[in-house]
Amino acid sequence: MVRRHLLLALGALVVVVLVLETTSQFRNAQFAAMAYYAIAAAGLTILTGLNGQLSLGHGALMAVGAYSTALMLQSREGTLPLLVILALATVITVVVGALVGVAAARLHGPYLAGATLALAVAIPGIPLYFSEWLGGEQGLNVRMPEIPVWLADAAYFVTGQELTQIRYLAYLGWLGVIVVFVLLANLSRSRVGRNWQAVRDDEVAAELAGINLGRARVQAFVVSAGCAGLAGGLLALSARLAAPSGFTLTLSLLLLSAVVLGGLGSLVGALVGAALLTFLPQVVTGAGTDLGLTDVQAAQLAPLIYGLVTVLVVLLAPAGLAGGLRKLIHWRRSS
Amino acid sequence: MAETFEMSGVSVNFGGLVALSDVSLSVAAGQVLGVIGPNGAGKTTLFNVACGFVRPDTGTLTWRGEELRKLRPHQLAGLGIARSLQELGLFDRMTVLDNVLVGADRHATTGFWPALLGLPRRAKDERALRDRAMAALEEFDIADVAARYPASLPYPVRKRVALARALVGEPDLLLLDEPASGLSSAEMAEIGELVRGLTDRMSVMLVEHHMDLVMSVCDDIVVLDFGKVIARGAPAEIQADPAVQAAYLGEDVVTGADSR
Repeated sequence: MVRRHLLLALGALVVVVLVLETTSQFRNAQFAAMAYYAIAAAGLTILTGLNGQLSLGHGALMAVGAYSTALMLQSREGTLPLLVILALATVITVVVGALVGVAAARLHGPYLAGATLALAVAIPGIPLYFSEWLGGEQGLNVRMPEIPVWLADAAYFVTGQELTQIRYLAYLGWLGVIVVFVLLANLSRSRVGRNWQAVRDDEVAAELAGINLGRARVQAFVVSAGCAGLAGGLLALSARLAAPSGFTLTLSLLLLSAVVLGGLGSLVGALVGAALLTFLPQVVTGAGTDLGLTDVQAAQLAPLIYGLVTVLVVLLAPAGLAGGLRKLIHWRRSS
Repeated sequence: MAETFEMSGVSVNFGGLVALSDVSLSVAAGQVLGVIGPNGAGKTTLFNVACGFVRPDTGTLTWRGEELRKLRPHQLAGLGIARSLQELGLFDRMTVLDNVLVGADRHATTGFWPALLGLPRRAKDERALRDRAMAALEEFDIADVAARYPASLPYPVRKRVALARALVGEPDLLLLDEPASGLSSAEMAEIGELVRGLTDRMSVMLVEHHMDLVMSVCDDIVVLDFGKVIARGAPAEIQADPAVQAAYLGEDVVTGADSR
């Protein structure tokens, strides 16, 4: 099983290189965005699908990762290596997630949703309060560090193309996706993931089987928070900014909808959801302008279509797009 | 005896309501103890105390000679105590095999980090658990449904899954909550045989409504009424006890039908 995950990861790496090297700067930027959405959605789908906890606060946890990254990149004279900064941002978010998780472990269903909703509302308020330090409404600008020379040289040697900042970011993001997905796939196929599912399905029976409910819930929340933190760090790098307006409740809700669209508990579903989140608005807006709508009208079309797609998926494929696809393949094979 | 489970002087009050009052009992190694009594006699509360779901107001629990203080339900499995639930409590969105694997988790030797990183020793651990779970499924004759989901199976089969999940952890004490509910008389006889077959490996304490099953399976019986122990002894003694007959008031203690 683990070997299969590693092989898939290797295959994915090849595809990522091929796609990123053959697409434009603009597409590279979109792929970078898809990467951080995918990481956050993967963490959320594990939490909600496997462990049954509903979080409306993952946008806020992304903010923690984003601000951590931004703060670590403020210094003008030399910063830590970027990978170290992203790892630290993840760890910081894990700590915040553990604190929230301990509180959340005692809550269920709507109460948990309420508590995490409070998180989503409260955390963007923190930079406003500590505006000297965290940049207030304008947020913190993120200086993207230079690409290490050895990496730029190596990339040129392999691909024959200059490694641009945006492509570098996209690589970083997709490296993150691959690592996170392998780790999460390992977890969900292990006894840890199995015990999380048991807690989701029947608390009393899970407890009698020796599972500490609180610990299992906190564990799932912490893993999920770590993903959100990494995603937030990557978002800050992509947007070159960490500002409260980027982490409103809407972000949390979008992530949740991506997870539902893709299919709860499915990592492939998280990827599908992230792709929809990234590409659908642009495709729809483009189609709208082609149909002769004004720019403003076309821009308003995207949320409408996104909503419609969500309604249709929930009605027609309750297991999400990934689940629906799997069912279709089964059906084709058996008939 | 080493593997003895004891409750002594256990009292539980819910508000002003006395659920259990000074209840004492003990289950010796290899013994089957039945707990019976009319509806509302406190049988379920007794089980919940034994599992740590309800903390007694007074009284102590002792297991293998050590007092269980502040017992919490998730510690039971580690102590070698398993409990089956009357409503089965199967994990509906997990396969039968995964259900049983959760029960076998007590024997897992690797934790979170090997699982996250997919280390080789995790795979070895997982294989051992899987073998154990498959063996339990074979024992209950349900290996052919290992990949199915519980909801798609008939009730008696689901019941076996629940039992397999409780037994795969190889407990030393099994608490059975109404093992015969919803089963036909033939299936009930099977359960009876199964319980008797467990006594060389573990002790069993069971709560049951079906008198014929209780009488044929148990070595010892404790009768509860209004939270108090009104009789205890071997099945024959219990059947002859006038206090028990009075408590059941007209119900035929020997063949008593399911009172639910």
